[in-house]
Amino acid sequence: MPILPDSRGRFGPYGGRYVPETLMPALLELEEEYAKVKKDRRFQADLAYYLKQYVGRPTSLYRADRLTKKLGGAKIYLKREDLCHTGAHKINNAIGQALLAVRMKKPRVIAETGAGQHGVATATAAAMFGLECEIYMGTEDMERQALNVFRMRLLGAKVTGVDAGSRTLKDAISEAMRDWTTNVRTTHYILGSVLGAHPYPMMIRDFQAVIGREARKQILVAEGKLPNYLVACVGGGSNSIGLFHAFLKDPKVKMVGVEAGGTGITSGKHAARFSGGKPGVLQGTMTYLLQDENGQINLTHSVSAGLDYAAVGPEHSLYHDLGRIEYTYATDSEAMAAFDLLAQEEGIIPALESAHAIAHVVKLAPTLKKSQLIITNLSGRGDKDVQQVARMRGVTL
Amino acid sequence: MSGRLDSTFARLRENKQKALIAYLMAGDPGLAETEQLVVALEQAGVDIIELGVPFSDPIADGPVIQQAAERALKNGTTLRQILVSVTSLRQRTQIPIILMLYYNSIHAMGCEEFCKAAKAAGVDGLIVPDMPPDEAGPLKAPADVVGLSLIFLLAPTSTTDRRKLVAKESHGFVYYVSLTGITGAKLSNATDIQQNIDKLRKVSAAPVAVGFGVATPEDAARVSKMADGVIVGSAIVKQIAAHQQDPGMVGHVAEFVRSLKAAMVPA
Repeated sequence: MPILPDSRGRFGPYGGRYVPETLMPALLELEEEYAKVKKDRRFQADLAYYLKQYVGRPTSLYRADRLTKKLGGAKIYLKREDLCHTGAHKINNAIGQALLAVRMKKPRVIAETGAGQHGVATATAAAMFGLECEIYMGTEDMERQALNVFRMRLLGAKVTGVDAGSRTLKDAISEAMRDWTTNVRTTHYILGSVLGAHPYPMMIRDFQAVIGREARKQILVAEGKLPNYLVACVGGGSNSIGLFHAFLKDPKVKMVGVEAGGTGITSGKHAARFSGGKPGVLQGTMTYLLQDENGQINLTHSVSAGLDYAAVGPEHSLYHDLGRIEYTYATDSEAMAAFDLLAQEEGIIPALESAHAIAHVVKLAPTLKKSQLIITNLSGRGDKDVQQVARMRGVTL
Repeated sequence: MSGRLDSTFARLRENKQKALIAYLMAGDPGLAETEQLVVALEQAGVDIIELGVPFSDPIADGPVIQQAAERALKNGTTLRQILVSVTSLRQRTQIPIILMLYYNSIHAMGCEEFCKAAKAAGVDGLIVPDMPPDEAGPLKAPADVVGLSLIFLLAPTSTTDRRKLVAKESHGFVYYVSLTGITGAKLSNATDIQQNIDKLRKVSAAPVAVGFGVATPEDAARVSKMADGVIVGSAIVKQIAAHQQDPGMVGHVAEFVRSLKAAMVPA
């Protein structure tokens, strides 16, 4: 397979750069700067230092014995991104892009956030590098993730609520793009997932690919062979592409991306782009979208704010069409059951996003032999979701 | 390329006038009103109409136009209905009509089918704010075949290379975005606009129209000194929103537009 994306930021027919002209020079500058730092030993050494000493990498690859036994099939490993500083994989990218902002001499960074994990990661990196920081977040998400809103404010970031459209991640991205269009000369936009215009999907994938590079080495040490399956949840798709990328050239390693099935595909209240979407352009990129016949973007639903988005990263769209990655979904209730299962069997409370991946493992593992291996990405921890889950169960804290 | 657009700029130049380009959100408050507005605005001195096609996620637009799009979508306005309206308007007026729409609206219909339908309805040009020339390939060919002008935007941040690219690819006129920002923001200072237009003139013979942030007769006066055309969007949409329930809405908007045109200086 050729190196992706191509020079125009294309993953096959997907990707590209669909933005107002005002942003084009900034994207071209970013592409150029990123190409430089990719080869710059000093930058890569700095990044490696912060990932090790600040984020706590490498994260462990944990053998989940009790979960394996309970499901009675394949041996299950968890890639513990929940153990990263700030509690999710999002910090891998936030640190990388904040370093880049410092290098481009942009004193201000902005970001969108859905579940709040990317917002917290960006606010954290901004505090550590001394950058001014503003985070855009849909007001519905601010309600379900109130704890993360407070965390961002503790870290010195300004959190701005977005009251338009579905008041979730999509609207936060639009607002961040508008801010960037207005303040592009002083501001770097730290996009949080493998979305948006080129070079973002490529750059964020590269910053997250550390997950799979580590996991590949770790499983070879632990088992002396590659896994049969990789499983990860897919919102924009950064934790999944991060895990999958190092294994794409291993044809025997099967990969499953798990989207948010919401209350079911037939209900229309979901965010499973590969189970009801078709290609189109949203927020800078050509990719699979949930849209109506006139090209208006549909409202989405998921119990997990981080998966509640109408588009998927363009690289995923290509692997979907090629059949290299299988995409499925887990419903809200399946994810909630997996959330409880992991907490009670393994003593790990997963993020509701990651619980979607676990929900698929629950279905997949029993169909496999005991000699087979699954690695699933535990992309984040569930502390941020505890209040929401309590509220859903009628528990007053 | 487009008869109506080119001949309008030629006629204005002959009469030593500048073009007033008015933006309306199609379907706000309804398509019947949009049609009435087009006719009334032409009588009030507007030279070119820019019809916005409502989109759920308008990343280049500020709150005024975003809310107008939400109102139009709530009414069930679709691109196909807007083309029917343009067809019906062509019985009454030959004013150049440009559609401003986000790329996904075109993509959903298919570039070729869309270009044919738009041309057949009587549309003269297209502005696609989230489609820079770099991504215009699939639209350019079918637009050229039917003779629809693709109008590209130039920004204050555009570099020399970008300026040349936009000048080369833009037909009808070049849309200079007066500010680094979204529609409806505050107009930036005149020196910057003048300098950027001067640079553009060196690489392009096409007319230059300035938009984003032109809100008052004073703004229109200032901008008309520098450019061949003045584009007013959010300020007009705001008037329409303020008079939604008022039977005299069309008259109010026409009056506002007349004040803009009166303030514009002759060439």
